[in-house]
Amino acid sequence: MVLLPRPTPGPVPSAGPSSSLSRCPRIPSPGGTLSPLPGDTSVLAGLYGPAEVKGSRESPDGATVEVLLRPKVGLPGVAERSREQLLRRTFEAVLLGSLHPRTSITVVLQVLSDAGSLLACCLNAACMGLLDAGLPLSSLFCGVTCALDPHGDIILDPTARQEQEAHAVLTFAIDSAQRKVLATTTRGSCSAEEMQRCLVAAQRAADTIFQFYRDCVQRKYSKS
Amino acid sequence: MKETPLSNCERRFLLRAIQERKRLDGRQCYDYRNVRISFGPEHGCCVVELGKTRVLGQVSCELVPPKPNRATEGILFCNLELSPMAAPGFEPGRQSELLVKVNRLIERCLRNSKCIDTESLCVVAGEKVWQIRVDLHLLNHDGNIVDAASIAGIVALCHFRRPDVSVQGKEVTVYSPEERDPVPLSIHHMPICVSFAFFQQGTYLLVDPNEREERVMDGLLVIAMNKHREICTIQSSGGIMLLKDQVLRCSKITAVKVAEITELIQKALENDQKLRKEGGKFGFAESIPNQKITAFKMDSAAVDTNNVEEQAEEIITKADPPSEVFAKPILHTPGTAQIGEGIENAWGDLEESEREEAAEEEGESSTTAFECQRTETEDTSMMNEAKDDPIVLSDSEEEEVVILEPQEVPKKTRPQTTLKQESTSKKAFNKKRRKKRASR
Repeated sequence: MVLLPRPTPGPVPSAGPSSSLSRCPRIPSPGGTLSPLPGDTSVLAGLYGPAEVKGSRESPDGATVEVLLRPKVGLPGVAERSREQLLRRTFEAVLLGSLHPRTSITVVLQVLSDAGSLLACCLNAACMGLLDAGLPLSSLFCGVTCALDPHGDIILDPTARQEQEAHAVLTFAIDSAQRKVLATTTRGSCSAEEMQRCLVAAQRAADTIFQFYRDCVQRKYSKS
Repeated sequence: MKETPLSNCERRFLLRAIQERKRLDGRQCYDYRNVRISFGPEHGCCVVELGKTRVLGQVSCELVPPKPNRATEGILFCNLELSPMAAPGFEPGRQSELLVKVNRLIERCLRNSKCIDTESLCVVAGEKVWQIRVDLHLLNHDGNIVDAASIAGIVALCHFRRPDVSVQGKEVTVYSPEERDPVPLSIHHMPICVSFAFFQQGTYLLVDPNEREERVMDGLLVIAMNKHREICTIQSSGGIMLLKDQVLRCSKITAVKVAEITELIQKALENDQKLRKEGGKFGFAESIPNQKITAFKMDSAAVDTNNVEEQAEEIITKADPPSEVFAKPILHTPGTAQIGEGIENAWGDLEESEREEAAEEEGESSTTAFECQRTETEDTSMMNEAKDDPIVLSDSEEEEVVILEPQEVPKKTRPQTTLKQESTSKKAFNKKRRKKRASR
């Protein structure tokens, strides 16, 4: 079993949609206005695995997935813990952990800057990390955050301010195979129709992000 | 995950190379690695790269009551985090020896050298002062954490802007960045640490050791100095005896390095300020050259969300209508109520074919049969006590009970009529077995 790369220094091999390697799209709202915010959300992902695992966490029929989410200011609290849980469950759903029993896979996520849609960025960063490390996955996944503004319009990839003003913020993790939902988390209240609408929008945005993944990898393995 | 230990031959190789005045990365003994400073989107956020060592610095502030013995002074607080992101050997949330040592040194370098004017952080004497918090995160470990962290700390402090406040009587108003421009901290001087590694009891000296060199070194000398050639902190660790000449030579080297780094920091700060003023793009994403193969940039892409509504409606109409929900709780008996969908539990039921199989299996092993009988009797006794209660069966071993009981429990309305015959035959089978047991 091979130890997989330490988080490579220099240009980050694995980062969120709006960050380093993947300086990805801020998906503008339907109106087409690009968020004027100068700074984007960026998350740095580091991955170890499959590696040795502590006795108590060892699982005989699959890899143990650990997720660490480090906030930028202060120590990790309850909010980080709950996000870690969500992320861990999502990774477990796509990772073919049964290929590496009695090992651990550790994903470390460090928030570099938060300008809204943080969880979606974490998901994207982690997926790029998993992809870069070459771990066997059943499919790729991406995170998309939608905000419902007071008029009921959908804002994709909202900024921190838009998130605050919105009456509901929904984050979906969508897989690349069938565009199905791997995880979802919501804040605020919205009707079933609104949620379905957000999901359809998120699934469309996912296409863009998967195309971006593809381009990234293609560029990385190109000779030029 | 444990750290990979250095093998003996690696150790010998490194030491021999140092004796021959060679370094693995091709540097000379007194060379410092390249320092690169990039700023984040908000004020007080920077990443410092020292070769491959990367440290993220973030400064934040908060209004707090001052310490009782220093009523007119603000508080500066530094914290360095070594997360497993940097190296697999670092464990999260553990105060390792290295962490304590480095944290203490950074604290002495930044706080005890009084590099920022803490008195200017006082808002109302004895009541409210600014607490400045410097969070440093090690992102990648390739040796010399102390130097990288001290540079990141001071750069972040220089870059930081705190909100403006005004005091009228006893009322304190904190202005948002839109109302009034945030104010920078007043920095007296910039202390910067420079590390020296000693080998072979101080015979060989290397400036800015990398991770490999740190592992084989005998002793470490850290000198913090500002550009006025004032020593702010000096620490020798590892238990080597240094001569006076050696310390003096190190302090001379420090002065040169500190002057270079200070100049670089000032240039970086100016550049960033100019960029911000011009309204250009800045942030981590912008500071990575796009030519690199591992970096890829995509402009914002418009996602067509025009007919999302129609598609969503289509999906909803296609989907099964949601099952009827009883909004009001159903009161079974005083003290027990049921909420939810009100659908009966179908967990215990098996398909017809499965039922036969199960019956066969149970016939084979007498131990399971015994178990079943026991649960059966228990269950009937329970059933007699509370007839109104819904029967919830979850264990597969208990499904016999479901078959045997329906006549006694009139409330049950499961479609079991077709199975009755079988169940009676099974009952007979069980009876036979019971007799057998009794005769034994």
